[in-house]
Amino acid sequence: MQIFEYNGSALVAMVGKNCFAIASDRRLGVQLQTIATDFQKIYKIHEKLFIGLSGLATDAQTLYQRLVFRHKLYQLREERDMKPETFASLVSAILYEKRFGPYFCQPVIAGLGDEDKPFICTMDSIGAKELAKDFVVAGTASESLYGACESMFKPDMDAEELFETISQALLSSVDRDCLSGWGGHVYVVTPTEVTERILKGRMD
Amino acid sequence: MESVFGLVGKDFAIVVADSSAVHSILLHKTNEDKIMLLDSHKLMGASGETGDRAQFTEYIQKNVALYQFRNGIPLTTAAAANFTRGELATALRKNPYMVNIILAGYDKETGPSLYFIDYIASLHKLDKAAFGYGSYFALSMMDRHYQRDMTVEEAVNLVDKVIMEIRSRLVVAPPNFVIKIVDKDGAREYAWRESIKDAPVIAS
Repeated sequence: MQIFEYNGSALVAMVGKNCFAIASDRRLGVQLQTIATDFQKIYKIHEKLFIGLSGLATDAQTLYQRLVFRHKLYQLREERDMKPETFASLVSAILYEKRFGPYFCQPVIAGLGDEDKPFICTMDSIGAKELAKDFVVAGTASESLYGACESMFKPDMDAEELFETISQALLSSVDRDCLSGWGGHVYVVTPTEVTERILKGRMD
Repeated sequence: MESVFGLVGKDFAIVVADSSAVHSILLHKTNEDKIMLLDSHKLMGASGETGDRAQFTEYIQKNVALYQFRNGIPLTTAAAANFTRGELATALRKNPYMVNIILAGYDKETGPSLYFIDYIASLHKLDKAAFGYGSYFALSMMDRHYQRDMTVEEAVNLVDKVIMEIRSRLVVAPPNFVIKIVDKDGAREYAWRESIKDAPVIAS
């Protein structure tokens, strides 16, 4: 029984022209059994910062609660929202704190930084950051996602095209992974608006 | 292995649990109540390690009561569910409770709700949920016959279909089940479904 594959997940984030998109699957399972098909894996930290948490669902929920707490405290003290780069460092530090008893999660962080420049990164369960200029993936379907994104991605896509690309990459990858799927949840974020869409794919 | 399942209907929620107390190959009793009344409008059906189940559900019940004493108002179902998840999550990396929980409640403002809480503290709000070997049959039957806003008669019909399925298809099928319901008038025992009756205890 692999702990990272207990609940099942698929996460991907992509950079476009002055925008980003972050997408996840919707399945919550307990090994082979599906419990829910509307489980949220992407959370909003603030209007221009989203975090997706793949891996063990209980740790994802605990970690999310701790991060929201830390961000709210930051907002009270600094009277502003956290920059994505800062938030990524915070997540990395929180994960490394538990180096010898880690949270079994792989986060995917996506946000608009200074001058609305898109920022994405992922890290492993002990906080090793991996910055990328194009796309980042996580979850049980990560290998398929790497392949799909590598072939479908092109730089400087606008919000509409980015949505199509990330959706197709997500759906085709989760169809090859039995532990993730049951639809998709896509957020496309530009400096002026956030669009949330639910995808209907193969419901199995 | 113990079966617990539950579903949400129109203005009520139902939780059903088997009532056998098993130790290895021995069936100690067949009228064990595994669904605890947390307060006037909440039910907590639990399955798992016998000692942990009894201890943990009582602990939650007393803490829910304490909140009401201290604050003068009862907890909402969502709050009770999140409190339960918090307790399970805190204990998870020290001394885990091996208890799976289905928490159902009725709130005046939001109506009936049902929460699935795994033994590793994964929390999800659902319309139908099940634990144990019986879940393979319960979830399938409910997927087939469940509809939103069922009446009490329709819901109990579905519950009986599930119980019949468990009895006929599970090799170590529990003989008896208890059904509890929660609605605007409160949480209470609805019925027993018995196929074996314990011999009455004679008072000496």
